[in-house]
Amino acid sequence: MDETYTIRIDEFQKLIEGLHRRGYQCIGPVLRQGVVTYDELATSELLPLGIADRQSPGCYRLEKAPLPAVFGAHPGPVSWKTFLWPDFVPIFDALLTADGFEIRSAAVPFEKYAFIGVRPCDLHAIETLDLVFHKKPGSAIDYTGRRKTLLVVAINCTSAADTCFCEAMGTGPEALSGYDLCLTELPDPVDHRFLTTVGSAEGLNLVGELKTESVTLSDLQKVRGLLSDTVKKMAGKLDIADLKDLLYGLLDHPHWSEIAEHCLACGNCTMVCPTCFCTTVADTTDLAGRQAKRYRRWDSCFNLSFSYLHGGYVRSSIAARYRHFVIHKLATWVDQFGRPGCVGCGRCITWCPAGIDITAVVGTIRQMSGASGTKKEHGYVLDQ
Amino acid sequence: MPGYLQIVGRITAVTLVDTNLMVPVPFLVRRRFRETTDTVTLEMVPQQSQDRIDFSPGQFNMLYAFGIGEVPISISGDPARPETLMHTIRAVGAVSSALVRMKQGAMVGVRGAFGKGWPLHEACGKDVVLIGGGIGLAPLRPVIHHLLNNRKAFEGVTLLCGARTPRDIIFRRHLKRWQRRTDFQVEATVDAAGATWLGHVGVVTRLVAHLDSHPSNTIAMVCGPEVMMRFAVWELLQWGLAPDRIFLSLERNMKCGTGVCGHCQFGPVFVCTEGPVVSFECIEPWFHRREV
Amino acid sequence: MSSINEILAGHRFFRGVDPIFLRILNECAAMVDFEAGEIIFRQGHDAKRFYGLDRGRVALELHTPGNGTVVIETLGPGDIFGSSWLFPPYNYEWDARAVQDTRAVAFNAECLRDICEADHDLGYDLMKRFAGIMRNRLQMARLQCLDIYRLSDGSRL
Repeated sequence: MDETYTIRIDEFQKLIEGLHRRGYQCIGPVLRQGVVTYDELATSELLPLGIADRQSPGCYRLEKAPLPAVFGAHPGPVSWKTFLWPDFVPIFDALLTADGFEIRSAAVPFEKYAFIGVRPCDLHAIETLDLVFHKKPGSAIDYTGRRKTLLVVAINCTSAADTCFCEAMGTGPEALSGYDLCLTELPDPVDHRFLTTVGSAEGLNLVGELKTESVTLSDLQKVRGLLSDTVKKMAGKLDIADLKDLLYGLLDHPHWSEIAEHCLACGNCTMVCPTCFCTTVADTTDLAGRQAKRYRRWDSCFNLSFSYLHGGYVRSSIAARYRHFVIHKLATWVDQFGRPGCVGCGRCITWCPAGIDITAVVGTIRQMSGASGTKKEHGYVLDQ
Repeated sequence: MPGYLQIVGRITAVTLVDTNLMVPVPFLVRRRFRETTDTVTLEMVPQQSQDRIDFSPGQFNMLYAFGIGEVPISISGDPARPETLMHTIRAVGAVSSALVRMKQGAMVGVRGAFGKGWPLHEACGKDVVLIGGGIGLAPLRPVIHHLLNNRKAFEGVTLLCGARTPRDIIFRRHLKRWQRRTDFQVEATVDAAGATWLGHVGVVTRLVAHLDSHPSNTIAMVCGPEVMMRFAVWELLQWGLAPDRIFLSLERNMKCGTGVCGHCQFGPVFVCTEGPVVSFECIEPWFHRREV
Repeated sequence: MSSINEILAGHRFFRGVDPIFLRILNECAAMVDFEAGEIIFRQGHDAKRFYGLDRGRVALELHTPGNGTVVIETLGPGDIFGSSWLFPPYNYEWDARAVQDTRAVAFNAECLRDICEADHDLGYDLMKRFAGIMRNRLQMARLQCLDIYRLSDGSRL
């Protein structure tokens, strides 16, 4: 493994055909309704050539890229969880019978996906979801099935959007493992090529069907330079040192309420976040009440009903719900799964209609708590 | 490059399983006991006998009422007799009201047994104090069965149970039987009563100060409304019991019961898999927090 | 049969009281026995005595038109009752009835008040203990008032 080749853009269509021959459904970036989203990639012509994006809190714009890259746009509103852990999954049908009712488990389709253009942050996101589901295969049968057959063609990031902070989270801009193939794009009007690193036997197999050349030293240096510049651009967005304990000690910080004045609890952040996995069940019946169906649906901790208990809601205030989102993503997730839930993709910043920036929120809280310490007594933290 | 995250233990082994834990198994109501005006105990058997559910005290099932939905209910029967499944249900919402109305022969969908139960192993050789408030007595009844079925393994066994009025006490026949035993101390208390009530009147937490056992060799299991548990824990700590010897049964909204839907989180704790029974030591930093 | 001194020395309310103070308190005290069902005092009567329970169970109750007798608290060994001796006009606020055969140490209220006025150290010690009891009773009453079992059934306050 780890062999690196140079592949020209013309080989891309052959790559997709090779994947189709192996029974994969290819999913990759496509231009749709003003965003670069992920959808079925029937041919390489659907790739968004020459499209770049500009992202900032509450703002997403597409523009013409300076160079004709196909992976010039950074993570958009859709993440790979849309395919691995989709919304609206049937669980069972139930029919009224003489004895009571009969339950028929819904067939679970295991799509065989090949994801083309998985950014390192999103690759970490997939592995984060693995940590969430791997001990509970009986409750995530469809995820497990799709994950088992998933083929990943990763793409290294040679630029960063203003909202990206993978550098702070240690999740990019380079993919180090977990892929079958890893590409780094060198867009050039004349010589559009990809440095391609093999990460698995399947990847090697695929590359074997393509025309490849060896990698030049200057290309390698160029790539190293681009990656280094990308890192520098994102420097200092978020300080995650001791972040978990810091947040645990600041559960009653007034800043949560200050943010809540802006937060609409719309849940956009949880929809676009590549690691948010919360779901609910929806029970429906036909009009006669003879047939019932149950579905698994995406849910969001920003929904009031999410924490319904005993006729009321545990997190009735928006401040509590916003706090839960951040604390879960950056603190309790660590205790639950061994690493933060945030991968620094920046989607929640871009797609928040109020422009709330999670890195700024945490930075402010860290700053505001800098002078005051936190005391512990009987395990309770007394906040200043 | 600085700051790259080491992927600790990348998941390479993916297990495909046959059983979908999200699909209920049909059970039939064999008998129905009315406990109080709004609470009923259902005794159920699986439609297919191989679907019987073996459980440990403190675990719960997701009970499905056709077309309405599911609700998490603790198992309230004897773990040594899993051929029948017992649940004590109070009508508080659409699903529980439907379950409380079910008659003999009705079908209920069951998923489970889920969750972490009471610390039976840790209780061996110790004095066991059980504190149950209202319907909180239901998740404790399986423990009581276990303690009495294996009486010699434990030292003193005490039950402090509280309810609003004598009419709101559940498991009355069991309580009378338990009170007659010399190896089981049962103290029942109510918030208010008429003169014919010969038991205690006052909140159940008050009975803690009167406990016979010594805190150094005692384990406490507490179940009831969260407010009651909060005060019970306070009294137990005052009494001298260590936080890792106090166990609570937590409640939160549940949709899957298996740790994937995210609804039941109480701080970092997934109540459905790391609870509902937790030690106070574990939940202490979060227990008194508002809106977590 | 234990002497009053022995009972007081082992009683939860009097735990840690200076033995000399206990001797003084003894001067105001007598042992009393009640049969199950016996009325100990009634609401509104002069609070002539204050009691420390040694054995048995006592119910504090109220009679209501329509609902009959309502018991609001029961007391057992180690508890005290009849604390209206502390507060003018020194009238009992509740009925007290022995639920079981009961033995208590009864203190003459006037004698106790005189002693506390004469010896402020003893008085202060007793007041601190009473303050603790009042606080516990208040907490308990608030919990009873909250109706915690109903709170968790979905009905709104």
